[in-house]
Amino acid sequence: MKISGAKMVVEALKKEGVKTIFGYPGGAIMNVYDELYKQNDIQHVLTRHEQGAVHAAEGFAKITGEVGVALVTSGPGFTNAVTGLANAYMDSTPIVVISGQVPMSLIGTDAFQEIDAVGISRACTKHNYLVTDAKELPRIIKEAFYIARSGRPGPVHIDIPKDVTAQIEEFHYPEGISIPTYNPVTKGEMEQIQKAIQLIKESKRPLLYIGGGVINSNSSNLVREFAKKTGIPAVETLMARGAMGYDNPLLISMVGMHGSYSANIAMSEADLIISLGARFDDRVTGKLSEFAKGAKVIHVDIDPSSINKLVKVDVGIVGDLNFVLSDMLPLLDEVEPERFQEWRETIEKNEKLHPLKYEKVQGVLKPQEVIEKIGEMLGNDANITTDVGQHQMWAGQFYPFTRGRQFNTSGGLGTMGYGFPSAMGVKVGDPNRVSINISGDGSILMNIQELMTAVEYKIPVINVILNNNYLGMVRQWQTLFYDDRISETDLSAQPDFIKLAESFGGIGYRVETIEEFEKALKDAISKNVVALIDVKVDRRENVMPMVPAGGSLYNMILN
Amino acid sequence: MNQNQRHVISVIVKNESNVLARISGLFAGRGYNIESLTVAPIPGEELSRLTIETYGTNEIVEQIEKQLNKLIPVLKVIERDDFIEKEMAIIKVPIEENLSDFDALCRAYNGKIVNVGTNAIIGMVADDPKRVAFFIEAVKRFHPLEIIRSGVVAIER
Repeated sequence: MKISGAKMVVEALKKEGVKTIFGYPGGAIMNVYDELYKQNDIQHVLTRHEQGAVHAAEGFAKITGEVGVALVTSGPGFTNAVTGLANAYMDSTPIVVISGQVPMSLIGTDAFQEIDAVGISRACTKHNYLVTDAKELPRIIKEAFYIARSGRPGPVHIDIPKDVTAQIEEFHYPEGISIPTYNPVTKGEMEQIQKAIQLIKESKRPLLYIGGGVINSNSSNLVREFAKKTGIPAVETLMARGAMGYDNPLLISMVGMHGSYSANIAMSEADLIISLGARFDDRVTGKLSEFAKGAKVIHVDIDPSSINKLVKVDVGIVGDLNFVLSDMLPLLDEVEPERFQEWRETIEKNEKLHPLKYEKVQGVLKPQEVIEKIGEMLGNDANITTDVGQHQMWAGQFYPFTRGRQFNTSGGLGTMGYGFPSAMGVKVGDPNRVSINISGDGSILMNIQELMTAVEYKIPVINVILNNNYLGMVRQWQTLFYDDRISETDLSAQPDFIKLAESFGGIGYRVETIEEFEKALKDAISKNVVALIDVKVDRRENVMPMVPAGGSLYNMILN
Repeated sequence: MNQNQRHVISVIVKNESNVLARISGLFAGRGYNIESLTVAPIPGEELSRLTIETYGTNEIVEQIEKQLNKLIPVLKVIERDDFIEKEMAIIKVPIEENLSDFDALCRAYNGKIVNVGTNAIIGMVADDPKRVAFFIEAVKRFHPLEIIRSGVVAIER
């Protein structure tokens, strides 16, 4: 059957099992929108900004593990989507972004709404395509989905000129796929695995260093089994929160710039670091030359380029954690958990010495208290998304995460404005759980227009704004490292968040005590509407502990 | 170990538009330097071979290779320190220069005179990159008007 390129796009999305896409129409992509109009299998969510569309697709991908899809037009439609692509690239999130392009005959002529989209997205996608012939479309879309979700997942961008979406051609969606130049490794080399086991057997102070790859590969259960079987304690990166479960006795806490004292000391004192799907990010390691000086390193990663990139490893294993851990587990029988008893006791001592804590002050609402309250009220029943800044770190530190994928945050790129739209994607992907976006008074305004989307499509995201009238994290750095010169971070000028929410058809609350907050959150959940809860918190609270940028991981500011 | 060393990397890629931009972009975006670059299709196949000459520490070059391998259209990345390497150079010298002396020099470097016009003599050489560099030093006494190097091509032993 001969159909248009535009119809091919829609049919291919159906073949990939896509039910929801997020997007924003415009001239160059209108042919595709016309085909969307004619069908009912795929629901399109009209966000109010292309950045929102891509973040929503990311949130959807994060919670479901499936490929998220966004659809935008050429020129500004595409450039608005770039932050989302970059964000997905840094956090290894599988998404496909399809953009319209001016007709082939106009490419390169500075046509209206023309931009070299693949030239821009090359640096922030796993792969990208400029489709020059509709005959190629079925293969390209098939490849795009495969590339996005396989190996180390990531964003794929497809740019389609308007005349290609109009072109009529035979449509056969390929069943199989063959990209001879792309063969992601899944199983780890047995020889390397055996070397790793040997190192574990010889170690006295081993530590599991768990990263976002554990979440992406759904291997939390295997990691928990690994820890339980061996008695090896674990630290999680921000991206891995939930992997071990907050109440797991072997979980120390989050590691890194705002990791707990005991987690960072354990990382510094370990004699063997077993990195599972983590990538030794600078926010985790601190000063590299001082990082884990006495430790040997085992690094398991699906991406060979992550191994030996920053830290020299003793054993590198390239592979999917599901396969590698399944191969490792039976070989761990000989590792006696008792062997590490002393090590665990040292860690426990450190945990007691400097636990993650904050000072409660009568009459002042502490932001950490709010997060603990959400955790106490909802726990496993909520999916938690954050924006970027102090609130993000407090969420990472204080929310009792119980499972992988429960926590959705912009880790690598640190994109303010990620929270609200991606929390919409989370709600669409997991409608039965409460979707909370923990945000700040800076971040929330960066994609506030998505209130309209959430209201229109009845996606009841609850935004908890930890409002300190500051761009808090930058203010914290100014206080600590710039003699408290508050340069352009005072956000005293603010909208009335109640009226703001109401004007879009949502609901707004302003609370100043923990009791008021509890009431507001309960009310928002029971009403099942889009909500902004403006929480007035202690203005000058800092995220602690803190490893100053470029400092050694063991040198923390504790309060 | 942390010294900047010369490395020659051979990259086999799928013949498709964009692939050169992906590779040069990878170098540019990371601040890695490309000393020379040659590209041509591999006869009879839908593949091209790129030869990249670069300077960097072993760590940087290891990372470059991994990043190259990560690119979807890249089939194979080969890095050796015992490649057979060849490079070509063409040189234009003024017509007033001694023709036979110039010819003798070109021949010493596996080349010859390829054109004699009204204003200039053009010679070519094809040799190991190191020897081509010597040649370029030696040819200076003929007051070259223009020297063009092709960049390195390399093959495994």
